[in-house]
Amino acid sequence: MNWTTFLALLGRDAHVARRNFVPLILQTFLQPMMFVFIFGRVMVSSGYMPAAYKSLLLPGIMAISMVFTGVWAVAMPLIAEFQFTREIEDRLLAPINISWLAIEKVFFGALQALAAGLAVIPMAWLLLRPGVEFNLSSPLRFACVTVLVALFSACGGLALGCSVNQTHIGLMFSMVLTPMIFFGCTYYPWSALGHFPILQKVVLINPLVYASEGLRGTLVPQFPHLPVLAVLIVLTIFDVLFLAVGLRQFHAKSVS
Amino acid sequence: MALISLSQSFLTQRAPPYGIGMSTGIRTRDLRKTYTSPPPLASGGGFGFSAARGKGNKQPKPQIVALDGISLEVLPGEIFGLLGPNGAGKSTTVGILTTRVRPTSGQAWIGEHDVWAEQVAVKRLIGVVQQRPNLDFTLTAREILLFHGAYFGIDSHERTERATTLLERFKLTDRADQMVRGFSGGMMQRLAIARAMMHDPQVLFLDEPSAGLDPQTRLLLWEIIREYNQSGKTVLLTTHNMEEADALCQRLAIIDHGKNIALGTPAELKASVPGGYLLRLRFGQHSPEMLQRLQRLAGVREVRPIANNENSADVYADRGGSLVGEIASLASAASVELCDVHISEPSLENLFLHHTGRSLRD
Repeated sequence: MNWTTFLALLGRDAHVARRNFVPLILQTFLQPMMFVFIFGRVMVSSGYMPAAYKSLLLPGIMAISMVFTGVWAVAMPLIAEFQFTREIEDRLLAPINISWLAIEKVFFGALQALAAGLAVIPMAWLLLRPGVEFNLSSPLRFACVTVLVALFSACGGLALGCSVNQTHIGLMFSMVLTPMIFFGCTYYPWSALGHFPILQKVVLINPLVYASEGLRGTLVPQFPHLPVLAVLIVLTIFDVLFLAVGLRQFHAKSVS
Repeated sequence: MALISLSQSFLTQRAPPYGIGMSTGIRTRDLRKTYTSPPPLASGGGFGFSAARGKGNKQPKPQIVALDGISLEVLPGEIFGLLGPNGAGKSTTVGILTTRVRPTSGQAWIGEHDVWAEQVAVKRLIGVVQQRPNLDFTLTAREILLFHGAYFGIDSHERTERATTLLERFKLTDRADQMVRGFSGGMMQRLAIARAMMHDPQVLFLDEPSAGLDPQTRLLLWEIIREYNQSGKTVLLTTHNMEEADALCQRLAIIDHGKNIALGTPAELKASVPGGYLLRLRFGQHSPEMLQRLQRLAGVREVRPIANNENSADVYADRGGSLVGEIASLASAASVELCDVHISEPSLENLFLHHTGRSLRD
């Protein structure tokens, strides 16, 4: 393992991210904040939603922001760089095993997802207050869930980014990310699907369910949620699975 | 015949006859590559992708043989050229040697390192300029060089200096701090070459380096390549430009359809064409008798009818213009109209024609 090269690759990605800072911020936070404002503020203050919905919504919004940011941060550059201009080529020729280039992308994407997730908390709190009730009983468990969610989003971004062509980006969002978000227990707890028993089982293949439920279980445990231990185990499995698939796809794309 | 076959050279030239200091050579043994999916444009845009289809499978995978047993040895410290038409397998050979293409079979070494087994060690030794400029479009020209240097662990002060020197050398200083998206093709190409030299690699690969460059920049590039070579570095370049191969390369391999056709110095290769001169003749009608008579003219080494055009013939001879009068008299004596004569002086183009029956430009 060649740390000098790894850090230089990371430095390059950080440099590019810094250059695109404002669009990146808008892209990450605009949509979740609008959602928070409409559902947490407008709907609640007009009485269509109970006040408790504010606290229930926040972990879901955090999960969406993290997953969206992680997937976007890793997948979009990869899709562009593997186009026929092959912009990624100079990094594939850097003196480091090419798997580490993929891991560097995942690492940087996970950092961005973490930053997005942690930034959503104060921003949403500002928009929603008063009435948001956090019960952060175990910071360690919260940290573990957050890190696993960040990693799963970045690994998912790697797998998607190396499997999707530029022409199919729109399809990737409408066919993969949007259903994931709506069936990801982000705007409602998993137990709310009790009236739809089949759907309730089917959504368990959606990793975002575990992200939302895990964050709910550690941030606002007063609401029903899946057991945190189970969430940690399943998220770890998803992380490993997506990383393995992503690395395989990355190699297939890199070497002809 | 001055032609040295590639496999012979591989066996006999174990010890480099010349080599400077710690220069690094290149070897390949029986490299084969069959693509089962379309090759990326960067590694050989010349392929038509329909060739052979497997049998028996429900959904046969199209297969294209890009390399069909290439063995060659590039000596440490030489400028070596791969000359061939589009789709001959030049870029695939470079792709394999630079870890970017997995060979179907065979082996390749840079210095003592097996390219496929020791990729990281190999990548430290090589600099690569691919056929298409593949610059990092999210960076400025200077940043591209600086980050490239950083990937190779060059310290900050040194990489800043090197980047400035290279930008100057490649006449890019005035655009150094602009994003490369707006650069012209020639500027991108120059920057790609500067980037490949940034970490001072022992072996420099240049895939069609002068494609898209204006004549002036091409001369600048040749000068830079020669200079780089004189500092003891090995250079492997691909080209379909005979002038470039002739002017720049100390030795050449001519490849076509993934096979080695010929190898030697440009002078050796040119001398290996019978006679050296080539006269392409076109007559008004088909006359085998005429061709036999041509064969008996003084200085004519070989007369070849052209496969798909029976009225035409290639005459290889040791003289050019002075033969035309005699050919014309022969033709009029035989009442055969001589419609067209084209004389080529000894050149690599003639060599390619001699071996393949096709022009490099076809």
